[in-house]
Amino acid sequence: MPEETKDPTPVLPQSSAPTNPQPGKAGDAGASASPSVTPAAAGNSEASAPTSTAPAAKSEAAAKPAEPAKPATPAATGEKPAAPAAAKPVAKPAAKPEGPKPEPWDSTLVSRLRSQYGSGIAEASTYLGQKYLVLDSTILYEILLHMRNDELFDYCVDITAVHYPKREAQFEIIYVLYSFHHNDRVRIKAQIKDGDHVPTAVGIWETANWLEREVYDMFGIVFDGHPDLKRILMPDGWKGHPLRKDYPILQQDQEWVKINLGIESGQ
Amino acid sequence: MSERTDYLDLDTKDETFLDANEIVLNMGPQHPSTHGVLRVILKLDGEKVLGTECIIGYLHRGVEKIGENRTYAMFNPYVDRMDYVASVSNGLGYCEAVEKLLNAEAPPRAQYIRVILTELCRIASHQVWLGTHALDIGALTPLFYCFRDREEILKIFEKYCGARLTTHSFRIGGCTYEAYDGFEQDCNKFCTAFLPKLDEYEELLTTNRIWVRRTKGVGILNPEDCIALGVTGPVLRAAGVKWDLRKAQPYEAYKNFDFEIPTGLNGDTYDRYLVRIEEMRQSVRIIRQAVDGLPQGPIMAKVPKVIKPAVGEIYHSIEAPKGELGYFIVSDGSTQPYRVRVRPPSFVNLQALDKMVRGLLIADVVAVIGTLDIVLGEVDR
Repeated sequence: MPEETKDPTPVLPQSSAPTNPQPGKAGDAGASASPSVTPAAAGNSEASAPTSTAPAAKSEAAAKPAEPAKPATPAATGEKPAAPAAAKPVAKPAAKPEGPKPEPWDSTLVSRLRSQYGSGIAEASTYLGQKYLVLDSTILYEILLHMRNDELFDYCVDITAVHYPKREAQFEIIYVLYSFHHNDRVRIKAQIKDGDHVPTAVGIWETANWLEREVYDMFGIVFDGHPDLKRILMPDGWKGHPLRKDYPILQQDQEWVKINLGIESGQ
Repeated sequence: MSERTDYLDLDTKDETFLDANEIVLNMGPQHPSTHGVLRVILKLDGEKVLGTECIIGYLHRGVEKIGENRTYAMFNPYVDRMDYVASVSNGLGYCEAVEKLLNAEAPPRAQYIRVILTELCRIASHQVWLGTHALDIGALTPLFYCFRDREEILKIFEKYCGARLTTHSFRIGGCTYEAYDGFEQDCNKFCTAFLPKLDEYEELLTTNRIWVRRTKGVGILNPEDCIALGVTGPVLRAAGVKWDLRKAQPYEAYKNFDFEIPTGLNGDTYDRYLVRIEEMRQSVRIIRQAVDGLPQGPIMAKVPKVIKPAVGEIYHSIEAPKGELGYFIVSDGSTQPYRVRVRPPSFVNLQALDKMVRGLLIADVVAVIGTLDIVLGEVDR
């Protein structure tokens, strides 16, 4: 299997583009599915293309002859040798989204919320059978309170966040709620800007205490009114918030090495 | 230490002692009964606990960050290292979450093999819990009994995939390995041999006067508190809430099996002990049914070799031995997850420690940490 054989050191900032982490290395069993199709196609001999991902490879092969003419498109692999670089953009379109789309979620719960909060509910959808609401962050606290008290979502499963550095509202904060009464799960999401504060949910669910501390620790999102907002997993004096996408993985390590061992880098 | 006292607020005022001074005592991180590297700061009046604060993070390895920098398949072995005494459950939750994201499902035979191994793992995890918990309270023998019998489970794991603890036994889409020759017999043999052993454990403890005195009425957590604190697993069930994800939202092949959800009445340490003991019996029941009904067929679903889920996100959770283990995965359509969030049961359950030990004695803190069944590898990730 691929995961044992390859050393995963090329740690690109992963948000930049969906690049394969080991592009140049041949003979990789895992990566062979898509890249191995492409050299054959670039040489215009798609008849012998291995049928690894049958339907996808076919449609990709059909669209191929036009591709090698403009190899300027590759996003992240600018300095790579010519052959894989040309192969790259061909491989990509086949693998891009083919999955299901979020569907609108209609239920009495949503219409109740809509009638009460109006445009504050930006989106109510289901994806792969899982329901979620996207809210305006200003009404986050009211909705959470409403969800617990009136809709009986009494168990706050998880609070977490995702960092999207390219968006204007960089963070998406996510509450996973569960109702013992309905045996149902809903995700509540709100987008917030870097530096914006979020009202704490500790008053609604006690469990939010540590979960919010972890979000604060990992993302630097501040929860207003939290009784004890400080780092939980990282040491108190830690710099930066590790799960932000722009957090450099090696920097901390190198700094430590420099200070404690007096050498340039431990890597 | 003095600067920490400000956030140890005192809900419980002492009425019994005279003019005893409050002292702050540090317990851990290197302490035999903290089950790893948990540090608890206790605020005491004499021997009575007025408040606690947990300091965690000593085992933090940044599992979620690692996940963002690995492909989906590469990250699979890492999850085993979170709850290392129940590594199979971790792997199951992760594989299922990715499968859901891919809109794929493991074939029936793989599902049955997964159920068998996961339930064996649940027994193994509970055995570690029982052995160490009893040891903390002063009963030495159960530790040897439990580890002796756990060895049989680890042997099955070893024969199945070559690893004993961090098994990495499942792959996204099914299982890598077919059940070895004699797998069914080994499982049945274990089940037959294990049930009398379980009675043996109970003989040592259930009616043991010291055990009962040390556990009954200790660390009570009522259902309302459990739900407010997000506590799941045996701790929630011991409080009387009949909730188990295997029944509430069945995953894998669990809907095909007949088993009970044991619950307690008082939500104390003794009830949690009884619930976990009974869970082991129910696991044996599930294993027997799964072995009997093990279907033939492929063990891998048709998933692409390079896993590239469509853009989207998923939350999936399973009933791990310690409670609800959830994975929240965001895909940006690339080979690496954009974000992997693990919702660890131990982390959330540990938060209840403060509420459970207030007003008890130091010795009870040890009992309560044991009964919460935390694994610091999972708390800190």
